Amino acid sequence: MNRLALFIPLSLFAGLTLVLLLGLDKDPTELPSALVGEPFPEFSLPSLQDPETLVTKQDFADEVLLVNVWATWCFACRIEHPSLNALAEQGVKIVGLNYKDQRKAAKLWLLERGNPYAFNIYDDQGSLGIDLGVYGAPETYLVDAQGIIRHRRVGVVDKRVWEAEFAALYLELTGTAPVLGATQ
Amino acid sequence: MKALLFVVLLFQCQLVLANAEVVEFSDESLRPRYQQLLEELRCPKCQNQNLADSNSPISNDLRVQVQRLLEEELSDQQIKDYLVARYSEFILYRPEVNQSTWLLWGSPIIFVLLGLLAIYRLYFKPQDLQAPGSSQGQSNSQITPQEQQRLDSLLADREQQ
Repeated sequence: MNRLALFIPLSLFAGLTLVLLLGLDKDPTELPSALVGEPFPEFSLPSLQDPETLVTKQDFADEVLLVNVWATWCFACRIEHPSLNALAEQGVKIVGLNYKDQRKAAKLWLLERGNPYAFNIYDDQGSLGIDLGVYGAPETYLVDAQGIIRHRRVGVVDKRVWEAEFAALYLELTGTAPVLGATQ
Repeated sequence: MKALLFVVLLFQCQLVLANAEVVEFSDESLRPRYQQLLEELRCPKCQNQNLADSNSPISNDLRVQVQRLLEEELSDQQIKDYLVARYSEFILYRPEVNQSTWLLWGSPIIFVLLGLLAIYRLYFKPQDLQAPGSSQGQSNSQITPQEQQRLDSLLADREQQ
């Protein structure tokens, strides 16, 4: 019994090492998602293309869609854009949330790089951003037909992320399986 | 010359700091609460800064939002709940006690209790144990009469030799 007790410090050390080792794999910049499983927040903001037109959650039209937070100042959005184009070509409905951006620059961006968005919400003050808990662009939300947020990705959506995080859920919700190429 | 430059730069820093804190309140009594909240809320983008210290754009937006909510007469708790609903508990530097944090909050008590247990074991328990050498006479008396008899005869044998 006494001899076994001598192993207590060693086993405590081993346990602590294991816990810390597992912690190394975690991305500390990733926040736990507060809104997954919650309804997408209500909003009423101008559209990017036309300042006079207000867009609201009703424009989601009870469809399964992606909401993509982007801005022209966001470098990673450049990398992500071809993926969004490819998804839109395959019939994925994507709503853009143009986050704290310049209207003119954003419109030019869509002309130059193609427009994968069904429509764009122009959130120059970042108010919908705060309601969503956005803390950086790009972010992508998968919203189901009931307007519930089913998944959130902070960072670029590319082939790897789509396959790992979105594809199965999207297939379950819509019955279709869009694919991304290796370069997207 | 270097000293002069140092002094000039020193004043520059103060100017920058002074500029960062221009917040107007309709009621000055809100200001201490505002400061307190900014100290306790964590910037979601930066890993280890509170809203008061961070100058990232998102912290700026959240400071404005906290100010607005204070003006709307929300309580401190309501403001925290508002932000937790959006940014998760990550945003609280002082997390609430709940299912996932009770161990965190309870660990100081647990470690103090473990320490007290260790002290008790180290300083009080050994007196109850019969350490060899310290109580020879006592251990001698524990031999049964038969053993004593045998010991005596063995010693007697040895003396005869």
